[in-house]
Amino acid sequence: MITLSDVHKSFGDNHVLRGVDLHVARGTSTVIIGGSGTGKSICIKTVLGLVTPERGTITVDGQDVTKTGDRDAFLARFGMLFQAAALFDSLPVWQNVAFRLMRGSLKRPKDEAREIAIEKLRRVGLTPDVADRLPAELSGGMQKRVGLARAIAAEPEIIFFDEPTTGLDPIMAGVINDLIREIVTEMGATTMTITHDMTSVRTIADNVAMLHGGKIRWTGPVADIDAAHDPYVDQFINGRAEGPIETVR
Amino acid sequence: MRALAGIGAVTLGLLAAIGRVAMFFGATVTHLVRPPFYLREFALALLNIGWLSLPVVGLTAIFTGGALALQIYAGGARFNAEAVVPQIVAIGMVRELGPVLVGLMIAARVTSSIAAEIATMKVTEQIDALVTLSTHPMKYLAVPRVLAATLAVPLLVGVGDVIGIFGGYAVATGTLGFNAAAYIQNTVDFLELRDVVSSLVKGAVFGCLAALMGCYFGMNSGRGAQGVGRATKGSVEAAAVLILAANFVLTGVFFSI
Repeated sequence: MITLSDVHKSFGDNHVLRGVDLHVARGTSTVIIGGSGTGKSICIKTVLGLVTPERGTITVDGQDVTKTGDRDAFLARFGMLFQAAALFDSLPVWQNVAFRLMRGSLKRPKDEAREIAIEKLRRVGLTPDVADRLPAELSGGMQKRVGLARAIAAEPEIIFFDEPTTGLDPIMAGVINDLIREIVTEMGATTMTITHDMTSVRTIADNVAMLHGGKIRWTGPVADIDAAHDPYVDQFINGRAEGPIETVR
Repeated sequence: MRALAGIGAVTLGLLAAIGRVAMFFGATVTHLVRPPFYLREFALALLNIGWLSLPVVGLTAIFTGGALALQIYAGGARFNAEAVVPQIVAIGMVRELGPVLVGLMIAARVTSSIAAEIATMKVTEQIDALVTLSTHPMKYLAVPRVLAATLAVPLLVGVGDVIGIFGGYAVATGTLGFNAAAYIQNTVDFLELRDVVSSLVKGAVFGCLAALMGCYFGMNSGRGAQGVGRATKGSVEAAAVLILAANFVLTGVFFSI
């Protein structure tokens, strides 16, 4: 469904992606792991057109993402949960969740959009009284849930999760992981998740890809990751300071 | 040779910056005439830039008008020309001080607020989120603010002109012994349509520049709190300088002949 071929991206002298090749099959949950600053988020952003790669091609259902005629229709297929939720400060929670449903090709009447927003909030474990609050009035975990509700509000075919559990306590991280797994299963969506939290990986992933040195170092089913026989993967999943991945102390 | 290279680099940098701002303005204008239009955002911007700026504009204008009357009276007394206070207050407020001071107050209040808000949205990935939600940031953030400022600031300038003239009137009739009816008559008789039109046109241009700089610096801000701070500072500096430069050009256009 989503294919990245030989994708390169640099920021000045920093060559973040040096030829990424990755295929994400329809209806599967792929998790990209890798150290901080290895370009995991950039991978997702290239698919959405938020970052333009210098080389390589990215296709969704065989269509080059840089040549999509109707950008609105193309983006309507995606939902995304950002690392810090990226909720719009000036809008109440329900309008954040229903943002896509209140404008553009998916526009619904206001009452219907609010109803859907409240239903999605309930789906992620938030009560309707949260709907009229502003994002700044919510805790980090609640903001993540609202971000998740926004990502699924229009029932997209493809959902991206950028570090869904970063900054959360272990219990809340577990709740978010379970929610993602449940939602993905019931919606049948294709998902890509960025994380370096191995608990998330084991909960969410069907397949795992490890990004290191600007390339996909290893990819395979999550069940195979412990027997990957790759020193980089081994060091990463076991959180060891010693190994081929350089660490700064 | 090194000095020349330095001057060249600065000149090229300046030209590149002017080019980027011009392209940003062009993009804003093209989005302005193509749907979708975000009326709610436009109405909110109008409220924030226009209505909520009234107190600061009013206070600035009334004190400036009053001070201007005192200065003209004191200066005019040196050559027995105290009687020109109504005329000079009117022309000074409407042609120059009204639009320029309102423009600078808008730069301080609105440009900084727009730049800080949009820069924070950029830093916290809210602008990326807008894109993923099929909403163009230029249409949603820049167009409503630039349009609202272009329409609201001339009105603020008009209000500022009136309040400034009233400040001069209050001082002149209250402390300098001017006759109230004669003061108003002199003011009305002396002002020309060209004075008022120039004031409103200046207001529209200054409003557009102020909002444009806020949006431009906000959307091009660097990372983190420092990036937001730099964007905010840069936007106010750029808006203030551009407003003063535009004032010089527009004054030349309206009054050089």
